[in-house]
Amino acid sequence: MEGNIKLIRDDGLRLDGRANNEMRPIKIQTGVVDRADGSAFIEWGANKIIVAVYVREAYPKHAQNIDRAIVKARYNMSGYSVEERKRPGPDRRTMEISKVVSEALSSAIVLEKLPRAEVDVFIQVLEADAGTRIASLTASSVAVADAGVPMRDLVVGCTAGKADGKIVLDLSKDEDNFGQADIPMAILPRTGKVVLLQLDGDVTEEEFNQATSMMMEAMPRISEIQRNALMDKYSLEDGE
Amino acid sequence: METKKIVYPGDKIETGDLKPRNGMYESNSEFFSEYFGVIQESEKFVDVAPFNSPYLPRVNDKIIGKIMDIGPTMWTVDINSPYYSLLHMNDTPWHVSSGDLERYLKVGDYVYARISVSNEIKESWISLRDNGMRKLETGRIISVKPPKVPRVIGKGGNMINIIKTYTDTKIIVGQNGFIWVDGEIDNVKKAIDAIRIVEKEAHTIGLTDRMEEYLKKMKGEN
Repeated sequence: MEGNIKLIRDDGLRLDGRANNEMRPIKIQTGVVDRADGSAFIEWGANKIIVAVYVREAYPKHAQNIDRAIVKARYNMSGYSVEERKRPGPDRRTMEISKVVSEALSSAIVLEKLPRAEVDVFIQVLEADAGTRIASLTASSVAVADAGVPMRDLVVGCTAGKADGKIVLDLSKDEDNFGQADIPMAILPRTGKVVLLQLDGDVTEEEFNQATSMMMEAMPRISEIQRNALMDKYSLEDGE
Repeated sequence: METKKIVYPGDKIETGDLKPRNGMYESNSEFFSEYFGVIQESEKFVDVAPFNSPYLPRVNDKIIGKIMDIGPTMWTVDINSPYYSLLHMNDTPWHVSSGDLERYLKVGDYVYARISVSNEIKESWISLRDNGMRKLETGRIISVKPPKVPRVIGKGGNMINIIKTYTDTKIIVGQNGFIWVDGEIDNVKKAIDAIRIVEKEAHTIGLTDRMEEYLKKMKGEN
């Protein structure tokens, strides 16, 4: 199949008309779940993901960490969120994503401030269209900040990949399925520390560097969207 | 409407001559916000006051708690926090014998209590053996976000006092964000509406005056 599929048009743009370093539109909204401590809803291209955060004493008691909080993200896909029905329930892929998202969030949250506690992050993917792990993480980070959990920084993520032999930002579904590589990355924007980095496929060192610098360039833009999402909840109230 | 300066997690805080205090962390002798909140400057200190944060028990806080569970000698109490608190039978004004706790406080009852002990792992014990501490028999309980409590109370209690006077209700504000409102049902409704407005607009300047106007207008309507 590889090689037969054209992912870059003759005019140099991608199939959906984006340039190499152009992202899909992102929209984030906070405070969407009333009974949660914090919540967020993200639309990243055609991805639709809802995140709810709850902070509580870890249960069972033997799972508590005496001097710091534990972060438990649970990534879950709805059955018809993808083209072909996904069998509901945890599988190898969703457990992996839950793990990497939990770990990325752990490095941003000031865990020592909440001893014995558990930060539950429930991620429900309502519609998936490539790049859900990064969209989930970006939304989770907003939801955790909305919950008022102390954080050192807002985690921000982005993907890049190789389609038709070219490095492109924010892969679409087709580019993800038929491209040659997929590189999700998440950072703490203040320090530039990488908290998530995965690579699926083949790239040369040069291409990898090109992809990461492309992503680093896009991060501040996503960061800005996150901040505006947090702010919106309060500026609306100002307008009264 | 004028608001205070808003910061996001990781934003640098300019402390100037003031001492940094709550809601920030130090890195390379610079200070950064831990919360999404507003900068609050007092005479000596700078704080980041978060828009939302879980309530963490502090000794001598007067709080409202809900009985969650009954043990042989202790009640487990929900104090609007990630952490449960405990109420021991000897910390009550009654002569409770062990195993007979349900006669005094049942699951779902509310108490106004003081946090008598709290430790570094956020375990806490509350006590009813203080002036004014008691079981809350009538009235309604609402909850506001814990960081909004100081604004609901106001400077020297003036915000809550104007709400009490204009709506003719009895109100107890627990420092954990649970608020008890008692009185005529219509008055209670009005008081709750007023508290919700304060909670929403807590970060704006000149709120007390606006609230007084709002309450006056509301009273004038009937």
